[in-house]
Amino acid sequence: MKNLRWKLITVVTVFVVFFGIGVYPILASAYHLPIPGWLAAHQLRLGLDLKGGVHLVLRVQTDDALRLETEQEAGRLQQELKTRGVPATVTTSDPTHFRVEGVPPAQEQAFRQAATQEAPNFDRNSGVGGSYTFEMKPNVVIQLREDAVVQARQTIERRVNELGVTEPSIAQQGADQILVQLPGVADVGRAKEIIGRLGTLELKLVEQGPAGTRDDLLRATGGIVPPDMEVVTGASDTGAGVGAAAGSAFYLVRRLPVVTGNDLRSARVELDENNQPAVGFTLKPAGATAFGRATGENIGRHLAIVLDKSVQSAPRIESRISDAGRIHGSYTQEEAQDLSLILRSGALPATLTYLEERTIGPSLGADSIRSGITASAVGLLLITAFMLVYYKLSGVNAVIALLFNLIILLGLMSYIGAVMTLPGIAGFVLTMGIGVDSNVLIFERIKEELEAQRGVRAAINAGFSRVVWTLFDTHLAALISAAFLFQFGTGAIRGFAVTLFLGLVSNLFTSIFVSKTLFEFELANRKVPALSI
Amino acid sequence: MHIFKNTNFDFLKWRWHAIILSWVIILAGVAAIWTKGIPMGVEFAGGTVIIPQFEQAVSVEQVRTALDRTFRGGDIVVQQYGDPAQNQVMVRVPQVGAEQGGSLSATQTQIESALKQAGLPGFKVVGSEIVGPVVGQELRSKGFWATVLSLIGLLLYIAFRFQFSFGVGAVVATIHDLLITLAFLAFFRYDMSLNVIAAILTITGFSTNDTIVIFDRIRENLRSHRRDALDHVINLSINQTLGRTIITSGTALLTALALFFFGGEVLHGFAFTMVVGIITGTYSSVFIAAAIISFWRGSTARAAAHAPSTVAAPSPQQPPSRSKQNKKRAS
Repeated sequence: MKNLRWKLITVVTVFVVFFGIGVYPILASAYHLPIPGWLAAHQLRLGLDLKGGVHLVLRVQTDDALRLETEQEAGRLQQELKTRGVPATVTTSDPTHFRVEGVPPAQEQAFRQAATQEAPNFDRNSGVGGSYTFEMKPNVVIQLREDAVVQARQTIERRVNELGVTEPSIAQQGADQILVQLPGVADVGRAKEIIGRLGTLELKLVEQGPAGTRDDLLRATGGIVPPDMEVVTGASDTGAGVGAAAGSAFYLVRRLPVVTGNDLRSARVELDENNQPAVGFTLKPAGATAFGRATGENIGRHLAIVLDKSVQSAPRIESRISDAGRIHGSYTQEEAQDLSLILRSGALPATLTYLEERTIGPSLGADSIRSGITASAVGLLLITAFMLVYYKLSGVNAVIALLFNLIILLGLMSYIGAVMTLPGIAGFVLTMGIGVDSNVLIFERIKEELEAQRGVRAAINAGFSRVVWTLFDTHLAALISAAFLFQFGTGAIRGFAVTLFLGLVSNLFTSIFVSKTLFEFELANRKVPALSI
Repeated sequence: MHIFKNTNFDFLKWRWHAIILSWVIILAGVAAIWTKGIPMGVEFAGGTVIIPQFEQAVSVEQVRTALDRTFRGGDIVVQQYGDPAQNQVMVRVPQVGAEQGGSLSATQTQIESALKQAGLPGFKVVGSEIVGPVVGQELRSKGFWATVLSLIGLLLYIAFRFQFSFGVGAVVATIHDLLITLAFLAFFRYDMSLNVIAAILTITGFSTNDTIVIFDRIRENLRSHRRDALDHVINLSINQTLGRTIITSGTALLTALALFFFGGEVLHGFAFTMVVGIITGTYSSVFIAAAIISFWRGSTARAAAHAPSTVAAPSPQQPPSRSKQNKKRAS
C-alpha cells in the first residue's frame, strides 16, 4: 500500500505541474486570471497559420557575392599592373573567373608578383600568348557563399527588428535559403520591399553627364568607357530641386566610390529645403575623412548618389563636406522612412529572390482555430462515449488517462516552446486516437485473463505487464515515422511531427502508469468479485 | 461487452481474395493517375492561390468568368472556400510572377485587378500563397525521400525486434496502404499537399501499429504452439487480437472523421487521407501482413521452425503461464 501511495503522489504531482504549465496560462489569458510572469512567458505559442501573418522563403543569390569579390580583385590587379607598367587588360567573365591578356613575355616576372600580391584568393592558369585565367579557390568560394547567407540573414534580422514586428522568426534553411516569418504583419508588399531591397549606397564622382542617351554621354570620351569609370543611370536631378523620372539620365562616374553604405553611422528622415522628405545621413570617422578630402578637392563638380545601381540625385558639391549629407530623390514620407531604415540596417551582400510567399489573414487563422477546437471536442466526446459504453467503469479510467495525456502534451509543448499549428491540432486529435488504442490493448488483454479464470487483481496485473512490450514496439515504430516527418517538415508540418512525438511519449506514461495506478487505487482495501470492463 | 468473442475465422484462406481486391484498387488507382495525373497542390506544383472574401455572395462561375479574360485558356481553379456564409472563394492559377526581386506576387496583382474590373462585389484578400517552381521541386523530392526512409526505418526496426520475414510483412503491408491511399486520393481528386504527405507519413506509422500488435501475438503464440502449423498460429493470433484491432481502428477512425467533418477547409485533404489510411491499414494488418509471413516461410512450415530460439532479439516478457492460456483459446 505504501507503494500505491507513492504512485498516487507521483500522478497528482505530474497532473499539477503539467496543468500549471500547459493549461493554466491558456485559461488565465482567456478569463483574465492572475498569472506570474515566468509562467505567462511559457504560454503555448501559435503558429503563423493560426495567428495570421506573412511567411516568406528567399534565396540568397550567392553568386553576387562571388562576382563582387572577383571584380574587386580583378580591379586591384589592374591597378597594380598599371603601377608596375605592365600593359595588360583584365576582364571578368563569370562570378568566379577573370582573364588577363596581353602580358609581354619580358614582364612576366612583374606580372606574377603583382598577381600573387593582389589576387591571393585565385588560382592562376597560364594560356598562350601572355594570357592567364584566374579561378577562385574552391575553399574561398565555399566561404564566401556561407558568409553571404549569414550576412543576408543578419541584415534581414536588423531590418525586421527595425520594422517592429513582434516575435519574428528568421532562419536559414538549407544551403542558401532564408525563411522569414512575420506574425501579424498585414502589409506584405512593404515588408517584402524592405527585406528584399539590396540597399547598397555608393557616392561617386561624376565625370560626364547627365546626358539623355548613352551615346551623348560618351561623345567626349570617344565612345568608350574608360577602364576606371562606369555608366550609371537614374534621375537627372543635379540640383536640390525635384528630380525627373528615374532611369532617364546617363552619368559617367568614377568606378571607385568616395564613400559607401558601410561608412554610414546613421540615417534618418529629414525635410530638405523644399520641404520634401529626404534621407539625411552621418558618416563614421574614417568615411568622414575620405568624404571631406574628396569633396574639398572637387568643389564645383557633381557627386552621384547611387542606390542599388540607380542614381537618386547628383547634386553639385558647393563646399567641403565632412561627416553628414542628404539624399534627395522625390520620395514620399514613407519611402524616405523605409530608405533610411534600409540604410541603417546595412546592405545585403547579394540579391534575394523570393521563392515562396504566403499570407494568412487573421480571420482565416481564427477560423482554423475554431475548426481545430471543434474537431478536438467532437473527437474527445465520441471517444469518451464509446469507452464508457464499451468498457463501463473501466472506461472511466481510460478517459481519465486520455485527459491526462492531453494535459501532459499541452504542458510539454508549452514548456519546450513548441509552436501549435493547424496540423499540430490534427496531431493533438490523433493523439487521442492512439491514447485510446493503448488502453484498448490493455483492457482486451485483461478480459482474456479474466476469461482464463484469474482473479481480478491478477488479471489486471497480467494485462498490464504483458502489453508493456507491445506498447513499446508500437510506440517506437510510430516515433520512427514521426522523426522522419520532422526531418522532412517545414513550418506547420513540423508542428504536427512535434505534437505527434510528444503525444506518443506522454501516452506511454499515461496508459501504462496512470491507468494502472487508477486501477490499483480503485481495488485497494476492497474485495472486488468482478471487474466492470 | 464483446464485439468479437472467441472468433475463429480462417483469415489466411481469404488471402488470395484480399490480394486480388487490393490489386484491383491499386491498378485502378494507377490507371487514374496515368490518365488524369495526381493533382498537385500549390506547394508542389508552384503557382498562385488567393482567397478573396467578398462583401456579398458571388458564384464560383462569376469569379471564373472574371478571370477567364486575363488568364485565357489557363488551368484556373475556382472553389468555394470554407463556410459558404463567409463568401470566401479560393482562386488558383498555375502562374507566378518572375522570381527575381519582389515581383513573385505579380500574378496575384493580376488576379486582383481582374476581379476588380469584372464588377463583382468588393473584396479583401484574406489569404494568399505564392510558390515558385524551385520550392515545389525541392519538396517533391524531400517528401519522396522522407517516405522511403521512414519505410526503411520501420523495416530495420521490425527486423531487429522480430524476424526479417516479419519486417518484410510489415513493410509490404505499409506499401500496400500507401498505394491504396494514393489510389483513393486519385479517385477523389484531392490535391497532393504538404498536409497530405504528413498524413501519408503518419499512416506508415500507424498501419505498422496494428501490424505489430498482431505480430507480437504471433511471436508469443509461436513459443507456445511449437507443434502447430505456422498458418494455424497466424490465424489464431489474428483472431485473438481481432476485437482490439477493430475497436482501436474504430476509435482512431472516429477522431479522423471528427477532423474530416469539423477540422475546416485546410485539413480536409489531411483528414481524408487519414480516414482512408486507417481503414486500409486495418485491412492490410489482418489480411496482408501475416499472409506475407506465411508466403515467405512456406505455409506448411511448422511453428517450431520459427520458435524463439531463432528470434534475433527476444523480448523480455513472457511469463511461463502463457502456454496454458493460449492452448485453451486455441482449442
